[in-house]
Amino acid sequence: MSILGTRVVRTEDPRLLTAGGTYVDDVRAPELAAAVRATFVRSPIAHAMVTGIDVSAALGAEGVVAVLTVADMDDLGPPPPPPEDGGDDEPGGEAAPVPLGGLWAEPLLAVDRVRFVGEPVAIVLTDDRYQGEDAAELVSVDYEPLPPVANAETALAGETLLFPGTKSNIAAMAGVTGNGSAGDGSIFDGCDVVVEQAIGNQRLAPVPMEGRAVAAAWADGKLTVWVSTQNAQISRFILAGALGLDPDAIRVIAPDVGGGFGAKIGIDRDGLIVAWAAKHTGRPVRWAETRSENMTGMTHGRAQRHVIKIGGTRDGRILAYALDVVQDTGAFPRMGGFLPSLTNLMATGPYAIGQVQASYRVVVTNTTPISAYRGAGRPEATAAVERAVDLFAAETGLDPGEVRRINLVPIDQFPYSTPSGATYDTGDYVTALDKVLAGAGYAELRAEQARRRERGDVLQLGIGLASYVEITAADAAGGETARLVVHGDGTATVYTGSSAHGQGHHTVWAMLVESELGIPMADVTVIHGDTDLIPAGVGTYASRSLQLGGVAVQKAAVDVKDQARLVAADLMEASEADLELDTERGVWQVRGDPATSRTWAEIAGHAGAEGLTAATNFTEGQPTFPFGTHLAVAEVDTETGKARLIRHVTVDDAGTVVSPVLAEGQRHGGIAQGVAQALLEEMVYDADGNPVTATLVDYAIITAAELPSFELLASETPTTVNPLGVKGIGEAGTIGATPATQNAVIDALGHLGVRHIDMPLTPNRVWAAINAAGENGGSR
Amino acid sequence: MKISMTVNGSEIGGEVPDRTLLVHFLREVAGLTAANVGCDTSSCGACTVLLDGRSVKSCTLLAAQADGRDVVTVEGLTSGPDDLHPMQRAFRAEHALQCGFCTPGMVMAAVSLLAENPSPTEEEVRTALEGNLCRCTGYHNIVRAVLAAARDGAASASPAAGQAAAASPAGPGRPA
Repeated sequence: MSILGTRVVRTEDPRLLTAGGTYVDDVRAPELAAAVRATFVRSPIAHAMVTGIDVSAALGAEGVVAVLTVADMDDLGPPPPPPEDGGDDEPGGEAAPVPLGGLWAEPLLAVDRVRFVGEPVAIVLTDDRYQGEDAAELVSVDYEPLPPVANAETALAGETLLFPGTKSNIAAMAGVTGNGSAGDGSIFDGCDVVVEQAIGNQRLAPVPMEGRAVAAAWADGKLTVWVSTQNAQISRFILAGALGLDPDAIRVIAPDVGGGFGAKIGIDRDGLIVAWAAKHTGRPVRWAETRSENMTGMTHGRAQRHVIKIGGTRDGRILAYALDVVQDTGAFPRMGGFLPSLTNLMATGPYAIGQVQASYRVVVTNTTPISAYRGAGRPEATAAVERAVDLFAAETGLDPGEVRRINLVPIDQFPYSTPSGATYDTGDYVTALDKVLAGAGYAELRAEQARRRERGDVLQLGIGLASYVEITAADAAGGETARLVVHGDGTATVYTGSSAHGQGHHTVWAMLVESELGIPMADVTVIHGDTDLIPAGVGTYASRSLQLGGVAVQKAAVDVKDQARLVAADLMEASEADLELDTERGVWQVRGDPATSRTWAEIAGHAGAEGLTAATNFTEGQPTFPFGTHLAVAEVDTETGKARLIRHVTVDDAGTVVSPVLAEGQRHGGIAQGVAQALLEEMVYDADGNPVTATLVDYAIITAAELPSFELLASETPTTVNPLGVKGIGEAGTIGATPATQNAVIDALGHLGVRHIDMPLTPNRVWAAINAAGENGGSR
Repeated sequence: MKISMTVNGSEIGGEVPDRTLLVHFLREVAGLTAANVGCDTSSCGACTVLLDGRSVKSCTLLAAQADGRDVVTVEGLTSGPDDLHPMQRAFRAEHALQCGFCTPGMVMAAVSLLAENPSPTEEEVRTALEGNLCRCTGYHNIVRAVLAAARDGAASASPAAGQAAAASPAGPGRPA
């Protein structure tokens, strides 16, 4: 029996549990023995000209090795000049490169202005970390404040521009018509019921438990960089470009990484500065940011405003849907410039809706730049359409579950092409919905809700649904690499271009080798995240690892098996066709004759000193589209507005499950982050662009005490686009759980006249919504 | 200033600046890097260790406050990766860790919890671990692991159960 699909515990764990991982700040490599500590001087102001930097006092402080500003970056050459024709003065449009260059370019250390609180202005190198904090305080920076553009509305008004020479704060846009939103509304002609709603999808801080961390050493013309990243190879590419080095002169190592969630894709500006400082000074440099630095220095996620419009028939058929997105991308158009195109692509979710209009505008503001955060554009699409479906259901008076069932893409329609341009590979959306309704006991939940309403209980019950489809491995054509070596002693080594930061790659890649070759997991070593050993690779984001990196390992194993057959035929003096691999015992033998068996050690040894090697780069013909339904049950205290999630039931179908243990773990973590967005978390700025939730005391990261245990139901609908039949599971949780939880809380208050509340559904907001509905004539 | 303490059964001393935090003493003087720094507001608990048998956030104490006292970190629970403490075993069996950054602190907080309350309810576990943040697991499997460890009698294997157990570097935390 294959090990695939069985409940294997992780090979990573004994080390992590007994010694702790080796994260960047734990690396004790000899090259770093004399490392100095880097401390950033960051802008305390959202928008200002920098008119002077005085480092003299800091230079005299104890332990200070160097204080560096942009003036010291002359070894990088001048930044590329803006194009002569003025270039990027128009919005970048749908095909805008990310990040945008030209007039929108982001410097390393601030040049003449700062655009967000936390932007790096100078870097101080000291013998130890405490000295660095003292010395950074002594760097005196003169700021001449500019009017802050603290939010998307101010950005759109355009009275203050962030980038001189541009004509507006809109960095990219698509699908926007003359009236500033999607279409002219004519798609709703003929709808009996039309509902429109403005919806916020608030800014979140990713908060991986390990913040950003970089260590760098320059020696003998080679730069070695340890970085807490999801992508060692991409980091090397970015470093080479930023520092003007040949990629071969750079080695990037991603040691253990303490969570990423999209915010550690590649290496960011701060990391580049640290690497530059090491090269510039010739001293090895270490930097591990503080949490307060992390809350404004690491990219944020989400930060979209939606206007949705949904229309259909009285009996529940949805005919038309419009989605307009305003993406606040923060101070520089990094990946935030790209996210709303994914939101538009996935606008209609799992529903067969004939008429769709989707549009977006990306605006720059004086806030921390936006990038990917678990889901990256798809949770926003799902949140919008799932609120829309509930609003439509409320308007028609139909059950939200029934409205979903009527409109879900039916099983006989796959592959299904949406009006917004996606092609859903495989799915069984109605079954996912029905499984969840049955598993949760939907009818009984509704009955309990009715009883509480009847009694007028203070604690009201809400049931929230979210059916979703999402896109994983959106860059399927980018592929992933694997190299597999079976050594002369019968053990194997996998070199993967994918990169782990908690997902359990080492366990699953070893399972794949054992399954294909019969070499026991314990004899399989997996290596990732070292560009000297693995020069080509992409890494981990967009729920791509298993379906690209995992399949690459499996294909390499098949290749090794083919080679081994030839070697075995030679060794055993038998015909290739007569040989078989017994994967239970991990031996080759003449078909049906165990007495002839030869081990992998014998075969690989016979193949030569190098053993057997296969290298692959697996690309998929198209992305995959996992789907599912989440059902949340919330209890809402109608006197205080306090909402609490009490149950969460889900089907998350990501095709064939290779490791149930790890797939469940991914779902759990995503659900918690989704519930956190729905109920608690928001990165808040005041009107001057000052972050007011910049520590874990102020930012309401979710804890164990605020969550129930989750009820996961199994479902596997394989994809046909890769041989393992797998899709991505890493982001399903945030995509499904966020709107299910939001819908549950609002559902609890439906009888009071509440139709919508923006996230996070804090007691204050819920209480205010209850009271506003009461004033508007809702019954209590 | 010069300080000295027992860390995982060994005497560790050194000359450190007065303001040195216990977590930095452990990481940079004692060379024990399992306890991590995940915040600067005593919110996350990634730095949790046992001080005289009780869990503390080692980023919130000066090293000087631990002078002459007994510290156990996750490295001190067992002799190594082939020898898991019942709590570590439960964490592995229940997949209660992903990236691993919160894990050393989470395990120590859980060990401390069972020392005080050997058979907690799910709600008691969730409340007790409120000061330890995890961004990967949604806490689901952490809670299951702590409950499973409690069922397996992990409390009696805990160095938190007694000062004597913590005094031997190889001994503490071994399953009986």
